[in-house]
Amino acid sequence: MWKFFHRLASPPHFYRLAATLIPWLMFPGLLLLAWGSYNGLFVAPPDYQQGDAYRIIYVHVPAAYLSMMAYMFMAIGGGIGLIWRMKLAHAVAAAAAPIGAAFTFLALATGSIWGRPMWGTWWEWGDPRLTSELILLFLYFGYMALRSSIDDIAKADKASAVLALVGVVNVVIVHYSVEWWSSLHQGQTILKKGGPAMDPEMLQPLLAMILGFTLIFGALLARRVRTEVLYRERRTRWVRKMVLAPEGGR
Amino acid sequence: MKPRQQRMLAIGLAALGVAIAAGLSLRAFEENMMFFVDVSDVVAGDYPDERTFRIGGLVVADSVEREEGSLDLRFRVTDMRCELEVSYVGVLPDLFREGQGVVAHGAMGADGVFVADKILAKHDEDYMAPEVAESMAKHVEDKTESLRAGQSECNPQ
Repeated sequence: MWKFFHRLASPPHFYRLAATLIPWLMFPGLLLLAWGSYNGLFVAPPDYQQGDAYRIIYVHVPAAYLSMMAYMFMAIGGGIGLIWRMKLAHAVAAAAAPIGAAFTFLALATGSIWGRPMWGTWWEWGDPRLTSELILLFLYFGYMALRSSIDDIAKADKASAVLALVGVVNVVIVHYSVEWWSSLHQGQTILKKGGPAMDPEMLQPLLAMILGFTLIFGALLARRVRTEVLYRERRTRWVRKMVLAPEGGR
Repeated sequence: MKPRQQRMLAIGLAALGVAIAAGLSLRAFEENMMFFVDVSDVVAGDYPDERTFRIGGLVVADSVEREEGSLDLRFRVTDMRCELEVSYVGVLPDLFREGQGVVAHGAMGADGVFVADKILAKHDEDYMAPEVAESMAKHVEDKTESLRAGQSECNPQ
């Protein structure tokens, strides 16, 4: 058991493992996205109130969910890096940040586009769900800015890990904002008490999209971690050996 | 204690401290965190009278009255306990329906009518096909039933 974790934490081993992992995440992910998009956009019935406009949830919900998921990767990676001094965990945290920021932006943009015709507004200041999601985007920006402002990687790892851990409070707020306070944003649909409040024909493509987005996120993260590891380990013997090897290394 | 456990403890305590600080400040700003005020609170006189605010609730069925040839609009909003008269001049969002959620921004007029300068439709978390919604029309009747039954609980100012 522990041996497996120690091997996982070794940069060259993870570098190779990630390479084999990527296609296994990427292709099922793309298949799910194709199936989910087709069924969500063409097969699922229109909503009794919103008509076809609700179909934006097939992008909005997975993006919003991953905006929080990526943050947890960042925070937990930072936490493991601080406690167990595991460099690979810091590399994962650093790699997750831009992907998370992109998903956060996507969630905000799709929500705003939907909000204009449905709610009657692009944006409402003071709404707890909207505001906390915007703060999440700023946390990502702050995290990346902090990292790039410190030259020493070990110091940057520590400082940004602390920031990421403090920001976890905001992720909790994003998630529960619609339950704790009255908000313009509707409550939980999939996790609603007593089962999902959605037609199965609408729900199945949504679940496929969520899983597909998650797998693609995994593939993107694995790719970015590989690059991050290579950069951090650029002076080590294994990277040198791999780069100078006749086949160039993969 | 090993250094690793010390670090674990330090991070755990720091996280706890941040969570408590966040919880306390959210409690302190509870009022401002609310996107809207409940109709019952407004009817009971519990609303900020020196500034504009938002109210939220359901549009009462058959309460929407339009002035012929203008954008003037009057309707009642309920939170299943109290009802409040709202007046508004302007264009409504797509999702504005009787029996559906609405958020109105404005201020209380002298005559007890809420004068809205902005109307937002609040969507609920239920998604269904039109046919399903039709077959569930009975459920909506039940909703108004419970609405009427609940009226006695309203405690005006």
